[in-house]
Amino acid sequence: MRSLFKKFKEGLSKSAKNIADKTGGIFRRAKLDASTIEELEEALYGADFGYETTEEIVEETKEAYRKDKELRGQDVAKIGSSVLRRVLDGSEGTIEFKDDRPTVICLVGVNGSGKTTTTAKLGSQCKVEGRKVLVAACDTFRAAAIEQLKEWTNRLDLEIVSGERGADAAAVAYDAWQAAKSRRKDTLIIDTAGRLHTKSNLMDELAKIRRVLQKRDESAPHYSLLVVDGSLGSNSIEQARVFHEKFGLDGLIVTKLDGTSRGGSLVGIYRELKLPIFFLGFGEKAEDLQAYQIENYVDAVFGLEEEVSA
Amino acid sequence: MFESLTDKLSHAMHQLRGTAKLSEENMSEALKDVRAALLSADVHFKVAREFIETVKEKCVGQEVLKSVTPAQQIIKIINDELVKLLGEGETGLSTNRPLKILMVGLQGGGKTTTSAKIAKFLKKDGYNPLLVACDIYRPAAIDQLESIGEQIGVPVFSDRSSPDVPLIGENALKQSQIEGRDLIIFDTAGRLQIDAPLIEEIKELKRRIQPEEVILVADGAIGQEAVNVAESFHKAVELTGIAMTKLDGDARGGAALSMKQITNVPIKFAGTGEKLEDFDLFHADRMASRILGMGDVVSLVEKAQESIDEREAERMADRMMAADFNFEDMLNQLSQVKKLGSMQSIMGMLPSISGMKVEDKAENQMKQSEAIILSMTLQERRSPNVLNASRRNRIAKGSGVKISQVNQLIKQHMQMKKMMKKLNGGGKMKKLMKQMKSQGLDPSQLAGGNLGSGLGGFKGKLPF
Repeated sequence: MRSLFKKFKEGLSKSAKNIADKTGGIFRRAKLDASTIEELEEALYGADFGYETTEEIVEETKEAYRKDKELRGQDVAKIGSSVLRRVLDGSEGTIEFKDDRPTVICLVGVNGSGKTTTTAKLGSQCKVEGRKVLVAACDTFRAAAIEQLKEWTNRLDLEIVSGERGADAAAVAYDAWQAAKSRRKDTLIIDTAGRLHTKSNLMDELAKIRRVLQKRDESAPHYSLLVVDGSLGSNSIEQARVFHEKFGLDGLIVTKLDGTSRGGSLVGIYRELKLPIFFLGFGEKAEDLQAYQIENYVDAVFGLEEEVSA
Repeated sequence: MFESLTDKLSHAMHQLRGTAKLSEENMSEALKDVRAALLSADVHFKVAREFIETVKEKCVGQEVLKSVTPAQQIIKIINDELVKLLGEGETGLSTNRPLKILMVGLQGGGKTTTSAKIAKFLKKDGYNPLLVACDIYRPAAIDQLESIGEQIGVPVFSDRSSPDVPLIGENALKQSQIEGRDLIIFDTAGRLQIDAPLIEEIKELKRRIQPEEVILVADGAIGQEAVNVAESFHKAVELTGIAMTKLDGDARGGAALSMKQITNVPIKFAGTGEKLEDFDLFHADRMASRILGMGDVVSLVEKAQESIDEREAERMADRMMAADFNFEDMLNQLSQVKKLGSMQSIMGMLPSISGMKVEDKAENQMKQSEAIILSMTLQERRSPNVLNASRRNRIAKGSGVKISQVNQLIKQHMQMKKMMKKLNGGGKMKKLMKQMKSQGLDPSQLAGGNLGSGLGGFKGKLPF
């Protein structure tokens, strides 16, 4: 699976520049002074790492500075990345496909997080890897959501199962599973309607999708992944918490990292809920979805490759 | 849920008891908490710092009032300052006619939905709107706008064959002149603020259509990135307003403060749901208490006042006083409560319990009661006395419940009626109503204790 997405590095380097730029100013410095801490704090908050992780890095930096007044910028980068690595330990998620049945991947999330686009991208990448993919359009609520996914599957030459707008999403999921089985597909990716985690009736609808799938395969969906908009702040932790409670999550996909946002909320989510991160999204093209790797993420955040090892 | 600022502060303020004056020293702990609260509500780092400075200046030297705790006093100062900052500037829309509104923002912020909401909102004020589909990139975006347009009865201008967005805009303008439209809303594609070609495109579109309003649509849960986004869009197309969306979630919306502070562009709209009527003008005071985590009591009270039809309420009060309360009235009450929104959203507005989940039971029970009443004939609703065993059986079948549940509802109705008779007897009812009205509450929703007990002790059963 790891060989599946090779372009991780390239993708991250797009946003890496921004991350390194923000924090890099400090790291390039030969010696530190009091204002450095504030700059560091600002950069870390700016990346949406959240209160705890930021304070942790700042505290450790202060501590190191007390011990060694000759602390250099690179040392700060090292402290930061070691804290981040510690916090993110075990956060890499990988998909292990089933041999004997369709592997069902269900994407859920709040409105506008990028589920439909991610469904298409994930489908396309699995297909490139030689898997037999079927996509299910279970967003039967939003106007033109089905058309949007159909358009994608046309472009990417994927097979799709969909219902009418307003149809029961769980029924579409059920049909899709049947179709996957009879068409001998090994991967079923389900796109669901966006829903705010605060709407309990809509959260119940998700539970129904799970129940219905489990009538056919008790272990389905094998991967329930929350799609999180990387530009969101601390509320994404709350989103993940409620989706996890109500639906049960296996991990995350963080999208829209091609902007200047640094997706730091994944740190907060992992810290709180220990939900592994599977993929990161870097844009609107099919190949802009990449497997998440701790090392790459941490290096990119602190610009280690360019700044420190050089 | 985050600990509310009030909770946090009361802890830090404990040591302030007995002090006569607020000073920099005795406030430092408290201000640290305020800062943490702002940061965890996604207020931008720099904005939070400036804000704390301002608050500090205002607080230092103030005498601690006897009637309130120091915490309350500081919160009041913070709240006032927040309201002031958030509400500065013109929060209404331009009154020009025709009014051209250009909607811009990142992907997935809610531009299309917000466009439709504004159209619907202003249509009520007598505008004759046209929606223009300028998102030619996202698959099926035009379909989405057309479908929503149909829902609200507003025509949509689109050109599926043209890749030239500024030209589509121009043609839409011409069309609107021919049709005599005085509100033209341009829904554009989501774009990153660093995507140079797309930013150029929207600048050109703006130059050609000369909109009176340029609204940035931003997800209420957006993080620190908000500042970059608002700054860049403001630089590119000179924003005239900001719309915060998805505020029906539980995001604290600190980004609103950041964006307002950095760009000085007023916030004009607040989106509070997927339904096209879930839309509101921006209220600085509500946003302030949201950021501070103090709930939204004001909004709730206002919402209750709006939702409940005044005349209907009066009629209901009369009927209740005549002790002639039947199932039709009960149904009416149910739908009034429903208009308020889901129980969960009502709970969300209250500070003390915003983190709690409403048990679905309560909502389900309301639905069930409604179903039972809807399965009755008109005669049965008006004169419940005719409800014999066979009728009850039919109603149970019709509404998909057990006969015992129908019986229970009938029993509850009897009890309510009895209670009202009693109240009415001593003239207590009138007094009660008067009292409630003077408190800004509407009697009809409270009479019978439905909403009252729903909110106060909502864990208990609803009386119907």
